[in-house]
Amino acid sequence: MPLKKRTRRQAEIPTATMADIAFLLLIFFLVTTTINVDSGIYMQLPPKLDANVDPPEIQKRNLLNILVNNSGDVLVDGQFMAIDNIRAEVVKHVTNEGRLPNYSDNPDAAIVSFKTERRLPYGVYINVLDEIRGAYVEIRDNYAQEIRGVNYATYKGQLGEDDEDEVKTKYPIKISLAEPEPG
Amino acid sequence: MSAHFKKKSAKTSQEIPTASLPDIIFMLLIFFMVTTVMRETELLVRTSLPAAEAVEKIEEKRLVSYIYVGPEMLEGNRFGENSVQIDDAIVDDLFEIRNIMYHKILEEPRMIISFRVDKEVETGLLYDVQAELREAETLRINYSTMREGGS
Repeated sequence: MPLKKRTRRQAEIPTATMADIAFLLLIFFLVTTTINVDSGIYMQLPPKLDANVDPPEIQKRNLLNILVNNSGDVLVDGQFMAIDNIRAEVVKHVTNEGRLPNYSDNPDAAIVSFKTERRLPYGVYINVLDEIRGAYVEIRDNYAQEIRGVNYATYKGQLGEDDEDEVKTKYPIKISLAEPEPG
Repeated sequence: MSAHFKKKSAKTSQEIPTASLPDIIFMLLIFFMVTTVMRETELLVRTSLPAAEAVEKIEEKRLVSYIYVGPEMLEGNRFGENSVQIDDAIVDDLFEIRNIMYHKILEEPRMIISFRVDKEVETGLLYDVQAELREAETLRINYSTMREGGS
């Protein structure tokens, strides 16, 4: 009986199509990837009220009260104001440094309290909040310009890992989201 | 004579080696797999966001958890009452938010809650949700907005 000649089988897996498979997967992930980053207004909520601890006392002059009613009318420290004028008022309040008697002592003590009625549309709420935030952006940009000659974003980019953010320390953002008015 | 003038150039291979091509592609593939954030929830409420100017980007996207507030979308392009959606379900009772958030913050203490709220929603509802968040001590929030103008 003659011995069968052993046929040599190809032992390697063909890898030529591997690139195609990988390409297909790659294209799938390319298509599903969302590049747009979420952006918005970052806020910190006040902590839960503790009945045993009295709320800290704040001097009246350091507090800028911004009230918005249901129809979108703005009261700043008891005076009617157009939404466009809020920014200048907040800047004036925070950068007062004790000059005018009704505005803040220093930027660190200055607090902006933002309160609205419950039936105000969210769009207006964001509008007003944006103006307040915008005021702080303006203040910080100006100060960064003063000490380094660049705007705040550039200044922040130049900071090293351990460097102190002088601008942030000097002008901390203190917006208080107060309990809403009933009604 | 013929022995001296043999062509010498034919010895090197003319083809580009493609053996490492899959590796390169896989590297790209893994990069995109890692960076991809797939849209994991289906929206049940309408959220047409307001626009704002002084916005910041959230860099740590992994820390973000969304709360959607807006009129519920019904069949046939109609809108129902304002509702709150967390993950993929509508929250019936606002008191539930406390528990949901409490469990979430235990998993990731640095969590940021991003509010995606419809322009038309009354702020009262927003305040109620925020009161629940304060109970759960999830205090880092973000009001998601569109970017205003070309800046």
